[in-house]
Amino acid sequence: MWRVISRPLTGDSRMQPRWTDGRPTSAVAEQIAKPNDRLTSFDRLEIYNRMYWFRVLDSLYDDCPGLRAVLGDRKFIALAEAYLVKYPSGSFTLRNLPSRLAHFIRSNPRHTRPHTALCHDLARFEWARVEVFDTAANPVFTVNDLLDVPAARQGRLRFELQPYLQLLRLEHPVDEFILAVKKREAQLLRGDASNAPSARRQLREKEVARPGRARTYVAVHRLDSQIYFKRLEPAAYRVLVALRGGATLERALAAGIPRAKKSRAEWAARVQGWFRTWMELGWLCRRE
Amino acid sequence: MPANKFNGYTDYGIGIGLRIPHYDHILSRKPTVDWFEIISENFMVDGGRPLEVLDQILAQYRVVQHGVAMYFGSADGPNREHLRRLKVLTKRTKTPWLSDHLCWGSVDGTYSHDLLPMPYTLAAAKKTAANIRMVRDYLELPIAVENVSSYTEFHVSEMTEWEFLTEVVELADCGILLDVNNIYVSAKNHGFNPYDYLDHVPHHRVAQMHIAGHTKFEKYILDTHDHPVLDPVWKLYAHATRLCGVTATLLEWDDKIPSFDEVHNEALKAHEFIAQAREAKIPAPRETVRTKAR
Repeated sequence: MWRVISRPLTGDSRMQPRWTDGRPTSAVAEQIAKPNDRLTSFDRLEIYNRMYWFRVLDSLYDDCPGLRAVLGDRKFIALAEAYLVKYPSGSFTLRNLPSRLAHFIRSNPRHTRPHTALCHDLARFEWARVEVFDTAANPVFTVNDLLDVPAARQGRLRFELQPYLQLLRLEHPVDEFILAVKKREAQLLRGDASNAPSARRQLREKEVARPGRARTYVAVHRLDSQIYFKRLEPAAYRVLVALRGGATLERALAAGIPRAKKSRAEWAARVQGWFRTWMELGWLCRRE
Repeated sequence: MPANKFNGYTDYGIGIGLRIPHYDHILSRKPTVDWFEIISENFMVDGGRPLEVLDQILAQYRVVQHGVAMYFGSADGPNREHLRRLKVLTKRTKTPWLSDHLCWGSVDGTYSHDLLPMPYTLAAAKKTAANIRMVRDYLELPIAVENVSSYTEFHVSEMTEWEFLTEVVELADCGILLDVNNIYVSAKNHGFNPYDYLDHVPHHRVAQMHIAGHTKFEKYILDTHDHPVLDPVWKLYAHATRLCGVTATLLEWDDKIPSFDEVHNEALKAHEFIAQAREAKIPAPRETVRTKAR
């Protein structure tokens, strides 16, 4: 039964009439399911076939507004279907459905041409939002943690980043694009509730412009249960990545800050600003 | 039957599902609700808003866990990671019992995210009962298994659905979450009398009941949980309450969710049928002794 109900639907969302070996699917269905006075065996299994695909496609549809905006619904559904055939759900929760989508997009560019690089960035970004939503948080590092360290443990203090914090190096400014897409979707929803058809039509016709290439560093994080995106300077991104990799503060700063001609004083002020912000946002935890 | 070993000897009254569209209303207005049912898998996470909301709810309300992905009928047996996370959650919620469905839904690590009907065979009943016992022993909680709505029947089935359900719960010595809407939906789809179903399950094992709405199509009914409870389902609920006693009851409304008040008021209509059952003064069901050897 699983093989029957997990096969992709036809273009008009029906169960495929032919089985993998060319036999009518109805013949396969008749071996499994009883007909009744209203529905054939094929009809009865088709209910489950459609429910399966509607459920998993709806889940990806909700999780990937940016990808949908770039590809359009038809091409997005084709991508999603191909992805789910290759990587059906391997988790008890639908939350994890998009986890390999970025990898699939990169490995199978034909589904997203000519926007594969942008779609890859979007898939990574949209998965990061899923991860941030419900990944664990550790107690936040505070000044008292510095003051309370016993003498025997001094010199061994290391920063750790919150497990939920996602650090992304992207080739497109997809954070701004996603915000614009979600704003447009909210406007469309409000527009649907209004009585101005011309306004609704104008909204639907005005799509969000696709972003051009621009190296972008973004932190996806959460604060007070809300998800936020924060642009990072390249050096700040490198410092954070080094801290995440277990580097000491000294080594992280060395990895992040370029040996440029700028003055120590200028860098000191910038680094102070970064850490003050990161502390305020609760990104830093203590690790000993 | 109220307060029995399958619901942790509780008498919880009428509850509704905890749903995202109602969070703000519940947390700000703090309405009086007998209990909330949560979908376990929505809270089997490591942090973030789901658990923050849950902790606020737990501070003020009674909560019972209901799962959708244990797949008691799975040939592969329970998933260990799922069980581990589930146990962590039960310690947080202190749920007095845990329910999930009499179904399968995963094969070789691939998940359908659906509640797929079982073949009603003795072999399947034995495997399902073994899975339930394993889960109960690991979680150290009473288990109630819910009958699902279904849209197909299998050639290999050897018995009726209610005979299969009875076989499973007797072998597992577990409770039943009796979903009267699912009985109605399946009865219409498969052409049996829903009252036969109700009359022949072991009433003393009923730990909880579900009521819900459904959608009628031309040739079948779909269990959509997006409508008020229809009259025939209320009648079934009344009959079930007379047979099983006044039991913790939960209204499921999972799609096109209206306001909190509308959902809660719909659930509270169950009081009318509970009052009828009490007036009838039918004694609580007694444990029946199985005579048929297996």
